[in-house]
Amino acid sequence: MIDTTTRLVGAAPDASTAALVAYVLGLADDALVLGHRLSEWSGRGPTLEEDIALSNLALDLIGQARLYYAYAGEIEGIGRDEDALAYLRDEHAFRNLLLLEQPNGDFASSMVRHLLYAAFLTPYLQALAGSEDRRLAEIAAKAGKEMAYHLRHAAEWVIRLGDGTAESHGRTQAALDELWMYTGEMFQMDAAERDLATQSLAVERRRIKPVWEASLDRVLAEATLSRPADGWMQTGGRAGQHTEHLGHLLAEMQVLHRAHPGATW
Amino acid sequence: MRRPPHTSKLTDPHAAEAALARARAVVAAVVDPEIPVLTLEDLGILRGVHVEAGRLIVELTPTYTGCPATLAIRLAVEAALAAAGLSEAEVVTRLAPAWSSDWITETGRRKLKDFGIAPPARRAGPLGLFEDVKVACPRCGSTTTQKIAEFGSTACKAQWRCETCREPFDYFKCI
Repeated sequence: MIDTTTRLVGAAPDASTAALVAYVLGLADDALVLGHRLSEWSGRGPTLEEDIALSNLALDLIGQARLYYAYAGEIEGIGRDEDALAYLRDEHAFRNLLLLEQPNGDFASSMVRHLLYAAFLTPYLQALAGSEDRRLAEIAAKAGKEMAYHLRHAAEWVIRLGDGTAESHGRTQAALDELWMYTGEMFQMDAAERDLATQSLAVERRRIKPVWEASLDRVLAEATLSRPADGWMQTGGRAGQHTEHLGHLLAEMQVLHRAHPGATW
Repeated sequence: MRRPPHTSKLTDPHAAEAALARARAVVAAVVDPEIPVLTLEDLGILRGVHVEAGRLIVELTPTYTGCPATLAIRLAVEAALAAAGLSEAEVVTRLAPAWSSDWITETGRRKLKDFGIAPPARRAGPLGLFEDVKVACPRCGSTTTQKIAEFGSTACKAQWRCETCREPFDYFKCI
């Protein structure tokens, strides 16, 4: 086990540190952006119980994001804390997956997005819990327990909706067709991340794909939905090239902190 | 304003041992702000109190990563230690091993039930799709109960209803 925090204290950021910071920021941004999207459901959920559920899921993701941001800030070592990383970076510095910044759409769309991601993230975190980076392993073990029930919640809803009325089936299939082009990015790795995976600090994303497909296929079969054929996959999120939706999300999320730097209440 | 008694670094072994014992007792008795019948010890989130280089270290672990009570608990621990004259203690967060509802003590489970919250019904582990646990009503003991919603007023609880006495109740989830 490598205690990266201790190893890097006081050290000038080198290439491997920069790669690790970028990787951890990707995990953080994924959690924060999806957590923020879910929080947009607060007060407007389809039922009171589901409103509370979505807010709870949002809270888990934002809690996970904080753990990653705090760690990224420590290894980066230039004094940026979790607030600076979440609120003071611009759109092009965000490294989240495009899938997660997509607007909520209707409830079916939000549940399909959540299923697509939770079915990936749950086994991914199980693998990351074996990382040689002790801190990442600890966060992954903790977050993985939470993502397991996120996956269950989303899967149950996709089954109810897909195997529901003609209207709910149609909307759920449409959401799946619409979001499918963003799923390829989950399995992409740049050279720096591949290097981290070689050192057993990060996880080889391709390894997760068969698990993701099997888990998804089981749910879609029960939901009477069809898995779309793989076509052109949209990518760019990890490199800071986002869809037009992220800027709007960040504008709303960051405005208070930027208008009143350091505000507390 | 009452000042906390003066504290010195815990270099004297006898003083250190006495302070450690007092710190353990003080921290273990701090209550959870959201479920105030449970102490940190009952909840299983107090992971250790020890002396390191003459400093008292208190290790806490969060229940859920997003639990808003985490900060309140930390502040409550610091306040309790300061009130006991142990203001030089440091409270640190330990993530691993990840907290489990299995760590709630027998006393904790009994207190939950007496407070009207059904304790975790089984050992922690993922549930299958549409699978539910069997939960006994904390008021009348009936097991003819029904889940209303998997998510409740706090991250750790679900909303249930007893079909026998008709009372709604909170259920502390397994994780």
